[in-house]
Amino acid sequence: MCPMITVTELTKTYGDHTAVDHVSFTVPPGSVTGFLGPNGAGKSTTMRMIVGLTPATSGTSAVLGAAYPELGNPGLSVGVLLDASAQHVGRSGREVLTLGATLMGLPAARVDRMLDLVGLSGAEGRRRVGDYSLGMRQRLGIAHALLGDPSVLILDEPANGLDPAGIRWMRDLLRDFADRGGAVLLSSHLLAEVQAVADRLVVIGRGRIVASGTKDEMLAGRGVFVRTSDDAAMAAAAARAGWDAARVADGGLTVGADLDAVGDAAFGAGLSVRELRRADGAGLEELFLTLTADTARERVTEEAAA
Amino acid sequence: MSTVSIERAVPAPARHPQVPFPRLMAVELRKLWDTRAGMWLLGIIAAATAATMIIGLVVMDRGDRTLDNLLGLAAVPQNILLPVLGIMAVTAEWSQRTGLVTFTLEPRRGRVIAAKLVVNVLVSVAALAVSIGLGGLLYAAVGTGGWTLGPGEANDLLVGQLLGILQGVAFGLLFLSTAVAVVAFFALPTVWSVALQIGGDRVASITRWLDLNTTSGPLFGHTMGAAEWAHLAVANTVWVLLPLLLGIWRVMRAEVKSS
Repeated sequence: MCPMITVTELTKTYGDHTAVDHVSFTVPPGSVTGFLGPNGAGKSTTMRMIVGLTPATSGTSAVLGAAYPELGNPGLSVGVLLDASAQHVGRSGREVLTLGATLMGLPAARVDRMLDLVGLSGAEGRRRVGDYSLGMRQRLGIAHALLGDPSVLILDEPANGLDPAGIRWMRDLLRDFADRGGAVLLSSHLLAEVQAVADRLVVIGRGRIVASGTKDEMLAGRGVFVRTSDDAAMAAAAARAGWDAARVADGGLTVGADLDAVGDAAFGAGLSVRELRRADGAGLEELFLTLTADTARERVTEEAAA
Repeated sequence: MSTVSIERAVPAPARHPQVPFPRLMAVELRKLWDTRAGMWLLGIIAAATAATMIIGLVVMDRGDRTLDNLLGLAAVPQNILLPVLGIMAVTAEWSQRTGLVTFTLEPRRGRVIAAKLVVNVLVSVAALAVSIGLGGLLYAAVGTGGWTLGPGEANDLLVGQLLGILQGVAFGLLFLSTAVAVVAFFALPTVWSVALQIGGDRVASITRWLDLNTTSGPLFGHTMGAAEWAHLAVANTVWVLLPLLLGIWRVMRAEVKSS
């Protein structure tokens, strides 16, 4: 199916600093694409370029087959939340939605539907945004993004400030949106959150794409985690089979093979298996840190200190 | 928190007609008063308009209590405060960061700027109409000096009102910061006037053509002739039109960011 967001060689330079460097990726319908990267990697700049807030130095982007500014009444096609705090503090939450609904030409009843959908009560809707918690602002921002019943969502850090119930709610909402054929581009620092909801990943570091693909592809080959009665014996068994294996500090080891093979190897070595699973718990975090290691700030700081 | 219910998430790229201009105007109009700051500002403008006229009636001699004098008084707070409304209509998009939403819902920024200009002009004309209505009522009640407001005087008031609001919006667009734009709006023309006064006769021709206080004086005194109109046009080309064009150019190119 033709992608709903297409980013082609998008580049943004500020003076001699290249914030986004020939970034290309697509977001197909029916998917949640997680957009990951360290602080300052260029995620927000890329998203702003897609919606036309930041002029690209070179390269193009298209949403639903058109450059964003060419979309008529774009709120009806694309829901955008780039910064939940970017609202007038003196305006009520309800008023924020009313302005959006008026502009898009939607009935006033849509405002109440959306407040209800995101769990903001009538009294909360009448409060000024300046008195909202970050979590409430995120809910309001999601309501605003969904106002026009769009088929594409572009969300920058929407889970920031949400409580665990809110994060769960957001996950269900995005999953449901994608399952109905919508496309979601979602940036987040909350890797567990991205792992739970995304089915595709785009990882960016220092303005460049360092990896992209389906989540399963990217996490496959990260190996399995196994903890047995004797880690040393298990490591030896893995070595005999020619697999990469690494001891984990708290016990157990990660092995570069599939589940069945590792289980069989443990059985063959006469070991009692205590834990055997895909190394996906820490998988995305590990993948993220590995992929962005060259670009992470921590590395830069260490070098500077050395 | 209700269950998730999104009726429709069509993958088909449905194209929609662009947002009609009157709807953009309706939204921009609403944004002028739907915040606490906007509501206060409009309230203060209304109260100050009424107050200056009432105080004027109390302190003026019987012969001076003309409708035109009342409106001249009402114009003072309006000429000071309405441009601030125009400034804030633009700068709030940056200082309150609402531009992030405004310019994603209408990415053609020129249309948003046009809507803001039209709406601010309409509001300032409406404010003048309210002044005339209120002044007329007050005059009918206690006025004594005569109905001297002819089409010429009304025209002068309208031009003064329009130049003020346009200058406000222009400065907002140019500086994109409420504080900077407000300070520049009040301080720059004044500093310029003072500098010209210090210059005295040697710079008299500059003063005549480029000092806003000098060029708009005849407007409020209703002594506009061809030369005065020319002076007014030149001064406002520099103080209103130029900032407006530069400001539009800046906003069309600016990066809209959250921080």
